[in-house]
Amino acid sequence: MKSSSTLIYDGSFNGFLTAIFIAFDEKINVADIQKNNQCQNGLFSETETVFTNVEKAKRVWNGIRSKSHNAISNVYFAFLSETEGVELILYTYIQKLMSSKNGKHLDYSDNIVSHVTQLARKVSKEKHRMEAFVRFQLTKDDVYFANIEPDYDILPLISKHFRNRYADQQWLIYDVKRKYGIYYNLDHVELVSLNLQEIHFNKIRKSDVFEAEEYDYQTLWNDYFKSTHIKSRINPKLHRQHMPKRYWKYLSEKKEAV
Amino acid sequence: MNFQRIREKLNILADAAKYDVSCASSGSDRANKDNGLGNASRMGICHSYTEDGRCISLLKVLLTNHCIYDCAYCVTRKSNDVKRAAFKIQEVVDLTINFYRRNYIEGLFLSSGIFKNPDYTMERLVAVAKKLREEENFNGYIHLKSIPGASDELMYEAGLYADRLSVNIEVPTISGLKLLAPDKKHEDFKKPMLKVKNEIIRYRSERKVIKSTPKYAPAGQSTQMIVGASGETDMDIMYSATYYYRAYQMRRVYYSGYVPVADDARLPAIGSQVPMLRENRLYQTDWLLRFYGFAVKEILNSDHPNLDMDVDPKLSWALRNLHHFPVNVNTAEKAMLARIPGIGMQSVEKILKARRFRKLNWDHLKKMGVALNRAKYFMVCDSRYWERRDLDADKIKGMILQTSSGKYRNKFSAQLSLFN
Ligand code: SF4
Repeated sequence: MKSSSTLIYDGSFNGFLTAIFIAFDEKINVADIQKNNQCQNGLFSETETVFTNVEKAKRVWNGIRSKSHNAISNVYFAFLSETEGVELILYTYIQKLMSSKNGKHLDYSDNIVSHVTQLARKVSKEKHRMEAFVRFQLTKDDVYFANIEPDYDILPLISKHFRNRYADQQWLIYDVKRKYGIYYNLDHVELVSLNLQEIHFNKIRKSDVFEAEEYDYQTLWNDYFKSTHIKSRINPKLHRQHMPKRYWKYLSEKKEAV
Repeated sequence: MNFQRIREKLNILADAAKYDVSCASSGSDRANKDNGLGNASRMGICHSYTEDGRCISLLKVLLTNHCIYDCAYCVTRKSNDVKRAAFKIQEVVDLTINFYRRNYIEGLFLSSGIFKNPDYTMERLVAVAKKLREEENFNGYIHLKSIPGASDELMYEAGLYADRLSVNIEVPTISGLKLLAPDKKHEDFKKPMLKVKNEIIRYRSERKVIKSTPKYAPAGQSTQMIVGASGETDMDIMYSATYYYRAYQMRRVYYSGYVPVADDARLPAIGSQVPMLRENRLYQTDWLLRFYGFAVKEILNSDHPNLDMDVDPKLSWALRNLHHFPVNVNTAEKAMLARIPGIGMQSVEKILKARRFRKLNWDHLKKMGVALNRAKYFMVCDSRYWERRDLDADKIKGMILQTSSGKYRNKFSAQLSLFN
């Protein structure tokens, strides 16, 4: 039997797809696929470092997509969940997909398939939540700025939505957990990393990077939020289910509740 | 911006608007135009949630809460002693734009008390929408209230700028309307609805010929009915909902449990329970009619004029029609799968896909999210175990109730016991 090896990649999605390419191409008996900063050598496997190659990554992407559009988005979304060991799960998933006759009809009662679908669904749910919960604050240099702290790495997924919607204003959404952001400069969206002096979550104290009017609008929004509940119908449990507490920090309407 | 003044107005005019439950921002697909501001996403986004768990997606305000009418169920009625205010057109425009740019909202839902006369009021609502579209290049969602009695010309214009238009029926029976809103005529409600419906149809057919035909109310019309204010039955409500869906091609009918706002012998007293469970059952029925292929008379008829509060309407129907069951999930047609209690439309799709690969057993179904505690009495699958006892409807209902912890059971046990 061929000995098994562990593939080490750079942590990027393209890197991961390159690893998949190599695994298939060289018919490697894959023991694991790990990010380079967190690799632990398996006792019985050799390691092989993968150099990210966009061409190869693209071939894998197209290969999966030609089987099923649904599958490629499942793979991408599940990957962004950053779940430990997700690479190996996805590898198995892709193997199953490629050997299936028709990728559109994957078997949902299969464990791996349902696991990947579940992960993808979680990420997709947070993507939608972030499209809803980002709160921009207008800075003095005319940028609508927002900090977020999502569970999963969803910035690449929400970029298009914000680009399509806020086409006539500069905006910047910054993930404080992963320390990078996306910035729209009225022309295109670019990745940025910032040296943030302070993280702008909800504070009663005002920061002078923002327009004075900014706080007026936050107050109006807060008032509006408060005026929407109908007292005789209050239901805190349902409220938290829709808007989990961990997101409140960045929601100006929850300023007083935090 | 005169912040203090705006703040005061917003507080009054948002508070008065909150009893309108329809806040959906879905169903429109206005794209961003010329790198302007905003777009309407087909699904609609809930940017926040009220403390009673409802979606906040629109800035929902009245243009004014001055009103010349005196509808008994409404906080804005003429005889009610409340603070009055009125926004200027530009003030609503500014609020909408600034909220939108901060990603607070999907757009605007503008309604109004009737000031002077219906046309005078409708004209101002239209002016706000027009300004947003033409001066601000705003492509977000706009929902305007059609004011009962407004002229055809204004309704025509409204549809050019708004994504959705709605007239609230409020009271589902004509006799109830006479009693509670004596100044309003049934025809006044129907007139603007009919105009908008006809325009939607006209624009749609023109669009087929000329691609560049502008949009006209792309998210259609909706309406709302108050539940529990005029002693109506569930059958009254759902038959009239079915009529509005059909006659005016409504996208949605909303049902709003009456929140007591007046001491008035014609209405439930202040402090009485909001009939939330009933409201929920009506929504469930609405779904069964729109997505599950049920006809309204199967669920409500003169033998059963009211919905069962203990169990959902689908289960209730199944219990009355045991002769259709058990259904074999591995062979049944889609329409019949959809009628099994505990199996939602999503599970139906999953079952159809998965059963191509293998015969499904209890485990598979559980994984797909089927509520087996209800479904198991009504189906068989690839297993030797299934409900063989010859149970009657009451027995089944009792056993299901014992094992279920419905959302509303504990919270509303007081209300429930009324019906037991
Ligand atoms: S016309 Fe409308 S705003 Fe005026 S009292 Fe009647 S329901 Fe209320």
